[in-house]
Amino acid sequence: MITKKDNSGAKREDLSQLSAEFADCSEGARARTMTHTDTELATQVVDSEVSTSRASILDIFLEFLIIGATSFGGVVPYLRGSLVRKRHWIDDKEFVEMLSISQSLPGLNATNMAILVGEKLRGWMGSTMAILGICLPGAVLMYGVGEFYHRHGDHAWVTAGLKGVAAAAVGLLLYTVMGLSKKALSHKFDFFFTAATVLAVNRLHWSVPRALIIVGILAILFHRPHGHHEKSELAQ
Amino acid sequence: MNQIPALARVFAYLSLLTVGGGMAAFPEMKVLTVGVHNWLTFPQLIHIYSVGQMAPGPNMMMIVIIGQWAGGLLGAIVTLLAFFGPTALLAFVVAKAWKKLEKWPWRTSIQQGLAPVSIGLLLAGCFTMAKGAITGLETGAIAVGVLLILLQYKINPALLVVAAAVVGLFSFKPA
Repeated sequence: MITKKDNSGAKREDLSQLSAEFADCSEGARARTMTHTDTELATQVVDSEVSTSRASILDIFLEFLIIGATSFGGVVPYLRGSLVRKRHWIDDKEFVEMLSISQSLPGLNATNMAILVGEKLRGWMGSTMAILGICLPGAVLMYGVGEFYHRHGDHAWVTAGLKGVAAAAVGLLLYTVMGLSKKALSHKFDFFFTAATVLAVNRLHWSVPRALIIVGILAILFHRPHGHHEKSELAQ
Repeated sequence: MNQIPALARVFAYLSLLTVGGGMAAFPEMKVLTVGVHNWLTFPQLIHIYSVGQMAPGPNMMMIVIIGQWAGGLLGAIVTLLAFFGPTALLAFVVAKAWKKLEKWPWRTSIQQGLAPVSIGLLLAGCFTMAKGAITGLETGAIAVGVLLILLQYKINPALLVVAAAVVGLFSFKPA
């Protein structure tokens, strides 16, 4: 039998691997912007070595605004590049911890991370500024897209392009799900819970909360703590 | 008819279903925005979600468009606040407690138990979307192609989505 301790150890390893992969992903994006932010970067590194908690409300808003405006193709690698490497507001360990909390809670990773990092830096005002900053550029852009689509959405050329985009989005989603499964599923039986959830929603047409609560409770009970007893027995 | 209260209600509710990712709420979003409230059609929902993948920032920003179509600028703002407000509040409150519960054995159980279910929800959202987006051999080939390229090469996914738009323009162009 696998003990809980082993499990959580493996989990932690996964997370550090996860973080390393994010580092790889962000490398290309960072390299492209490196040339004109080089000097800026250097001065900031010096600053943050002196003090990591000098982030002002405006700093937080602007940093997250930049992430919100430049994070094409997924926010997480950009978050790490900016918050850990450029600003030194949090370290890698904190980043991975916050990410794992973000994934367990409802809400998008990107916005949950903004809340957690903002809170750490400047309390509720920090959180508010961070989430506003990260959402604003995309929201304004999408508002424009909405206007355009409303006017030209039924144009044959637009429909043709959108057909390709929608198909690509399905492939991208599958890729995301596969990546998550590899990292987050710790037990063979987990695939049963995943399959049960899919069947409940797609075949039985359960509502999402019903599937989430019923299958979720079963899965949590399956993973119920039992290593705890073993540990206390050992202690005695 | 004033849609603002309905927008606030629907998106605050959907927000709480985004466990593991925005797509977890997609099947329910389809039922409520297309079926119950008729704010848009299913193909439109698929289109704006997909276009959203090309935009920077959190990847469910397309909800702004639903709000805009149903209730103008105010609708868009209300939708945005309703969709991100509740989970933001929850993250703010729970995160601190969650850190304190590090020694609590059920914390690991909850994380390990929710992981397969949230992946199932994402997959269910993916299938719901595939039903509308994969309409034939060509669209199927694009989806599989994108998946294989991503598995094989480190490439920015947003670039692939743009490339697929170009492929779409040429493959599905009007005669």
